[in-house]
Amino acid sequence: MIDKLHKNYHNKEGVVVALEDITLNIKEGEYIAIVGPSGCGKSTLLNIIGGIDTKSGGEIKMNDDIKVGYMLQDDCLFPWLNIMDNCLLGLKINGNLNDENIKYVSELLDTYGLSEFKYKYPSSLSGGMRQRVALIRTLALKPDILLLDEPFSALDYQTRLAVSDDVYNIIKDTGRTVIMITHDIAEAISMSDRIVVLTNRPAKVKKIYNIEMKDKGTPINNRKCSEFSMYYDMIWKEIDHHV
Amino acid sequence: MYDREHKEYLRKLRLNKFFVHMCQIIIIVSFIFIWEYLSSNNIINSFIYSSPSKAFKTIYSLYQEGNLFNHIWVTVYETFISFSLATILGTIIAIILWYSKFLFKVIDPYLTVINSLPKVALGPIIIIIFGANINSIIIMALLISLIVTISNVYNGFISTDKNKIKLLRSFNASKWQILIYLVIPGNYHVIVNSLKINVSMSLIGVIMGEFLVSKEGIGYLINYGSQVFNLNLVFGGIIILLVVSYVMYVMVVYIEKVLIRNN
Repeated sequence: MIDKLHKNYHNKEGVVVALEDITLNIKEGEYIAIVGPSGCGKSTLLNIIGGIDTKSGGEIKMNDDIKVGYMLQDDCLFPWLNIMDNCLLGLKINGNLNDENIKYVSELLDTYGLSEFKYKYPSSLSGGMRQRVALIRTLALKPDILLLDEPFSALDYQTRLAVSDDVYNIIKDTGRTVIMITHDIAEAISMSDRIVVLTNRPAKVKKIYNIEMKDKGTPINNRKCSEFSMYYDMIWKEIDHHV
Repeated sequence: MYDREHKEYLRKLRLNKFFVHMCQIIIIVSFIFIWEYLSSNNIINSFIYSSPSKAFKTIYSLYQEGNLFNHIWVTVYETFISFSLATILGTIIAIILWYSKFLFKVIDPYLTVINSLPKVALGPIIIIIFGANINSIIIMALLISLIVTISNVYNGFISTDKNKIKLLRSFNASKWQILIYLVIPGNYHVIVNSLKINVSMSLIGVIMGEFLVSKEGIGYLINYGSQVFNLNLVFGGIIILLVVSYVMYVMVVYIEKVLIRNN
């Protein structure tokens, strides 16, 4: 599965050019992080890939049968549905609710330590657990590409580290391609294979880093690698800061 | 140590609650007592201001004539019909307006104008069109509560969490599915809450309607009483109305609790 993304996005409030000539090649099974100054159009890029927003020019090429899953900063769990029903929501809407899929979701919940909460409501779950449920809800659709839009930024620092480890493992277990937006450089370095740095609006690809570490492991481990701070410095300097 | 402190805390809480209740009772009892005292000693004109005993006597004689519950029933019935209609119609219209933003933009100024118009001014027209009967009263009450329901429910609908809508759109949900899966269940409490507003709004409308046209109902009793200068009947009617509106309100609050608990 190879994507050749090239996009030109015009936002019509007057004409605001949000994305300009973005070209990206994404390989199957790759974990890509997109970083850039806030408001540069990172989310717009993701929305277009996810089909929520329309593009104004350029092309996205991918295999027709590819399914895209979305995960947002806000867990967006519906408080009036229990955890199981929340996870089945996407399947229900797509009309793909069958015994096999229900079993699959149930297994996912069991595997990731949420089995006793299946019939509880979201209000009884902690922020980290809610985010895991949100991921399972996305995985329930068996997507080929996962789009994560600042998935951890609503969590406090401790939870964030733990949950990003969890999520990373879940994703690696299932071998999916991931495109993650984040404003946290450390998070990007610790989780991804490649980092795309975008410029200020209109967003262009400024630089792409391959993250290579000698003892690559889980995100928390990666933070301890010697290469970590080197990448951090490089990317930090690359991002346009304006405070 | 902890136990004693906690007990002390609970005791204070109970004491406070007791004092609040006591003050409430003292106010109502002394109000009735002073009113009765002033009136029976001719300090205020009992013909104009009536008195608690006379008002209650009037209510009792209505009961003996067998009319009391009929009047109450008529008013409650009219209120019930108009407030159910207002909630159902209001929700349906809000759904339509949510579904078509274009339609909302077109209708919005009309809604604002109609909302600010005192509906009682439409009374004569309503009576001419619908006749001097119960229909006019229900239409009157409906007009008052319908617009409020529409704008409450609509506002609830449009303030639905944008992220949740985005989530459903990422599942390729249709607008209809977004409505069914998210907007309506997410605004369930808004709709239920509008029941509470509607019950008092409808009651206002019904009493107004009964003032204009009616042969039965609590509004009729009050209006009739004032026309024949029987102030005992007017005050009696107001007392009945106080009780009826309070009971209806309590019932709706209870229904709200049950509905929200089951959600």
